[in-house]
Amino acid sequence: MTDPSTDLKRTPLHALHVELGAKMVPFAGYDMPVQFPRGILAEHDHTRTSCGLFDVSHMGQAFLASAADVAGALETLVPGDLKALAPGQMRYTQLLNEQGGILDDLMVTRPLAPQASELFLVVNAACKDSDFAHIAQRLRGRATLRRADERALIALQGPEAVHVLSRHCDGAAALKFMHAAPLVVAGIPCLVSRSGYTGEDGFEISVPNERAEGLARLLLVEPEVMPIGLGARDSLRLEAGLCLYGHDIDATTTPIEAGLAWSISKRRRAEGGFPGAAVLQKQLADGVSRKLVGIRAEGRQPARDGAEVQDAAGAKVGIVTSGGFGPTVGGPVAMGYVATAYAGTGTLVRLIVRGKALPAKVAALPFIAKRYAKS
Amino acid sequence: MSEIRFSEEHEWIRVDGDIGTVGISDYAQQQLGDVVFVELPQVGTKIKARSEAAVVESVKAASEVYAPASGEVTEVNAALPDNPALVNEDAAGKGWFFKMRLSDKSELGKLMDAAAYAAYVEGLH
Repeated sequence: MTDPSTDLKRTPLHALHVELGAKMVPFAGYDMPVQFPRGILAEHDHTRTSCGLFDVSHMGQAFLASAADVAGALETLVPGDLKALAPGQMRYTQLLNEQGGILDDLMVTRPLAPQASELFLVVNAACKDSDFAHIAQRLRGRATLRRADERALIALQGPEAVHVLSRHCDGAAALKFMHAAPLVVAGIPCLVSRSGYTGEDGFEISVPNERAEGLARLLLVEPEVMPIGLGARDSLRLEAGLCLYGHDIDATTTPIEAGLAWSISKRRRAEGGFPGAAVLQKQLADGVSRKLVGIRAEGRQPARDGAEVQDAAGAKVGIVTSGGFGPTVGGPVAMGYVATAYAGTGTLVRLIVRGKALPAKVAALPFIAKRYAKS
Repeated sequence: MSEIRFSEEHEWIRVDGDIGTVGISDYAQQQLGDVVFVELPQVGTKIKARSEAAVVESVKAASEVYAPASGEVTEVNAALPDNPALVNEDAAGKGWFFKMRLSDKSELGKLMDAAAYAAYVEGLH
């Protein structure tokens, strides 16, 4: 018998997950916890009401350095306004192809001095090898990419996260949303940002691999903290209306269609200078033919990725790209692309699940009120 | 004295006379995780052994529930649609799905008894 798990990579917290009784599944080439013994619903609720600890070490971390203008260099690959990033600030943007399609979405941080000529990148696990090759190749001669594979990433999310982290880290509470700083956490030099993927206040802590398990164990001792798997990570981000790469966004969808125009500043819209700029500028001026929207079905049955969206007469008008049960909402929630005529909040549609048409309505995103720290 | 039998698809059927009560095994509910939705058959539906009879969905995934034997649905667990968590709490008891009048009790011979099913599940690891 061959063991398929032997081909999978492991994060520095792998042994801890197994010790905690996690159910492990393959994800993006890693053996990752999908849930712990308490289960996805309990993990989801706990993150919304207290504090969850997530291992996101599978994600790709890297430093991009340049002697000259590192923000200007990376701006040739993404539509985000990186030149406007103040030291210590972070921003969400997307790597685009020439058609304006999304190769990946990522977080870009301009670290506090003295590394002002550097940017810190966090990309999706499944895309990291291709992303980093793409960036290194496209910016050859202008900037140097250094993968930070020696670093793990731990997310602490939920309303109690700030209180928990403050017990071990001076400066955590003072961090504003979407800001980052080099902070010492329990004696360990880390890069800490106030950010996350749950719709809650929280932190992401980049920590050297060899210190990651010790830090996680220390945080898990805190009474508020529960380990959270990928299952609840997905239901939390879905309720928060946050896109999942490979589902809600991919190389065939543009940031405008995906409702991410907010991440492109006025200057960048006007100046362009990123792949697919002409496509995006045209979409911003003339509108798009389809839009990513929230969808809520009546009843309890979830519609999942791939379910057809129909109008009241039964004509196909779109497709679900993420869907499941929203524990905080207390019912099924979905995101998907629909023809622009059907994208208005409240539009009546039907979701086709197992040949049945479930009555549904286009809904505003996010499904829950985000509770980020006021900046 | 009722007897309980299991299918390879992890359904159980408890037989009393001509009536079989059907649910999913404790192993199945553990594999599914938190159940959030159950779709039950209509009373009166005639179903064949190994055909789809119900649907169970967890936060993670949807899965079919197959009839372990042939017959006609006589009753469904009315508590389940509003409280699908019963499947997690008591898969072999309060989390039952439906009852059926068996049309061919000889089909039960193809199913596993509790000891055989326990060994079968053990072999899946």
